[in-house]
Amino acid sequence: MESLLTLLQEVLPDLLQGTLVTLQLTVVALAIGLAVGLPAALVRVYGGRVPRWLAVAYIEIFRGTPLVVQLFVVYYGLPDLGITFSRMAAAFVTLGLNSGAYQAEYFRGAIQAVGSGQMTAARALGMTQWQAIRYIILPQAIKLALPAWSNEAISMIKYTAVVFLIAVPDLMGKAKILGGRNFNYMELYIIAAVIYILLVFIATRLVRTIERKLYTPGLEMEAERH
Amino acid sequence: MSDQALLRIEDLHKAYHTHEILKGISLDVQEKEVVVIIGPSGTGKSTMLRCINLLTRPDQGHIWLEEIEITAPHVNIDKIRQRIGMVFQDFNLFNHLTALQNVTIGMAKVLKMSAKEAHEKGMWELERVGLVDRADHYPAQLSGGQKQRVAIARALGMNPHVMLFDEPTSALDPELIGEVLTVMQKLAEEGMTMLVVSHEMGFAREVSDRIVFMENGVIVEQGPPKQLFYQPKFERTREFLWKISELYGKDEEESSE
Amino acid sequence: MQDLAFLFSYLLQGLGVTIGVTIIALSFGFVLGIGMALLRVYGNKLASTLAAIYSTVIRALPVVLVIFILYFGISRIVDLSPFLSGAFALGFASTAYQSEIFRGAILSVPQGQMIAARALGMSRWKSIRYIILPQAIRIAIPAWSNEAAIVLKDSSLVYVIGVPEMLRRAEYVSARTLEPFIAFGVAALIYFILTFTTNRGLDYLERRYKLQM
Repeated sequence: MESLLTLLQEVLPDLLQGTLVTLQLTVVALAIGLAVGLPAALVRVYGGRVPRWLAVAYIEIFRGTPLVVQLFVVYYGLPDLGITFSRMAAAFVTLGLNSGAYQAEYFRGAIQAVGSGQMTAARALGMTQWQAIRYIILPQAIKLALPAWSNEAISMIKYTAVVFLIAVPDLMGKAKILGGRNFNYMELYIIAAVIYILLVFIATRLVRTIERKLYTPGLEMEAERH
Repeated sequence: MSDQALLRIEDLHKAYHTHEILKGISLDVQEKEVVVIIGPSGTGKSTMLRCINLLTRPDQGHIWLEEIEITAPHVNIDKIRQRIGMVFQDFNLFNHLTALQNVTIGMAKVLKMSAKEAHEKGMWELERVGLVDRADHYPAQLSGGQKQRVAIARALGMNPHVMLFDEPTSALDPELIGEVLTVMQKLAEEGMTMLVVSHEMGFAREVSDRIVFMENGVIVEQGPPKQLFYQPKFERTREFLWKISELYGKDEEESSE
Repeated sequence: MQDLAFLFSYLLQGLGVTIGVTIIALSFGFVLGIGMALLRVYGNKLASTLAAIYSTVIRALPVVLVIFILYFGISRIVDLSPFLSGAFALGFASTAYQSEIFRGAILSVPQGQMIAARALGMSRWKSIRYIILPQAIRIAIPAWSNEAAIVLKDSSLVYVIGVPEMLRRAEYVSARTLEPFIAFGVAALIYFILTFTTNRGLDYLERRYKLQM
């Protein structure tokens, strides 16, 4: 156990730095995802023919290909076309766009679950489509999407790990580097695993507390698949 | 024929948490007898029925089916359940199987009959309940009455020595009740020993050999239909039957045809 | 140009590896997942708790990390090719998710089904095997299709342990042709087609075997 404590003393500072990067990635990815996904969902449901088609294309492509592959296309491939990203930027963009596609589907489901009757009633009152969306549909849809969205948020912590493949110094990346020093990869990955578990645990607790505070009776939706 | 009862229930007690449901029930059922149990809801009628095939374990008391004591500690309950057929209020048909398969699965997997034998017997039981033409239908495609009849065929397929009916028509639309009661009456005429929990007074009066009135976890009174309906010994019995007869008044007039 | 054609056929060969890893991992996860789900629902307290811990821990970790740890772990015990180690590692990860899916499905089967089966004289095991499980599996089809698509995409992660599936080959092609965008882009396209057809196939399965209750 001596050696374990020594090891921990040695690696924890670096690993914690990595953890901060992981959290950074998580938050930014979720934010970008929200900024892209919610409009995409709206276009998907209410848009005209061409915008809708574009939204579908975006969603299907990012949901239909592995995150790693997307990462490589952005970081290694785009420079070919003249668009160069730094590691971090590539990570943010890819994670963000990827998350956006999944979030778009959750929001789409939620919007459809609100029911067309709501839109009809709003229009009958004389609201424009945009007003109806903004004041009637969206508030309900966001509440309905909350469980699926919070699951996505918690899972994002895990998804960020792949960025270590483009040498981003997140928790996973740091674990790999540190493991390479003394070839004790196994030990480091296990420590990293414990940290991930703690992160997910804390995030889950946080989310449950927030959910309970925002709970509105009567406004529920079947738990999302996955 | 020995005069030992087919089914003997002795001093049955059952409590859920602190609430006592069965407070000492004793009942004998003779071979070929049809016993109908009536009483207000929640008085333990279904619980008692479920104790008989140990779907619910009684806290106290003994039950004998023919020569075996069901409540003995090391008894093989799966084997005993083969002798007892049960029909549920909610049918509980196996949703992923056709009507025929519902009837034959017990025969095949429990009685280990060959596929051919099971198929033949299965069709025979379906004929008995009048549903041969629905053999390949799934439960979702059947009406409530049809579902219950398949459920009866399924139970009969196991060659039970006694049939238990737990409010078999309570979940059915009124128009569908008749077809199920007809099948049950036919069974009674064929000599099946039956224990039926039901609100169907017409059936109770016409078909049963004995009516048992239960309330608050005890048997208040039991006897042949004539006695319970026309000369009940207890005021409470008279009261209950009067209220029920009001509700089912039409039944009375129609069944005296 | 000839070179390009050869290199891209090299990429396509990775398709077989990708599909192989996916199928092995999914099947592995299916068998173990159902087993664990049964333990969670019907097992004794110890078995059930252990299964719950496994599921919770694995699902809290990035799949890449699980693959790494299991790969290193497996290599210490047994000498398997990266392909098999990777496939099994992915399988263990999928087990955790599939056990949740099947657990939910088993719990969705109405209680009356078990009661009726027992009343017929079926033992607990027979009831589970012939009445509960068949229905649970059909209930699970939508969620399982989702998981299948995910495993297909996650198969790209065994890249990290050197399995010559599509991603690794794309990397090789990219290095050889100095056309990373095309190399990875084509890989992405192939994945997309794979996912698309798999989803269509699973949709068909879902429609055909949907359980009407």
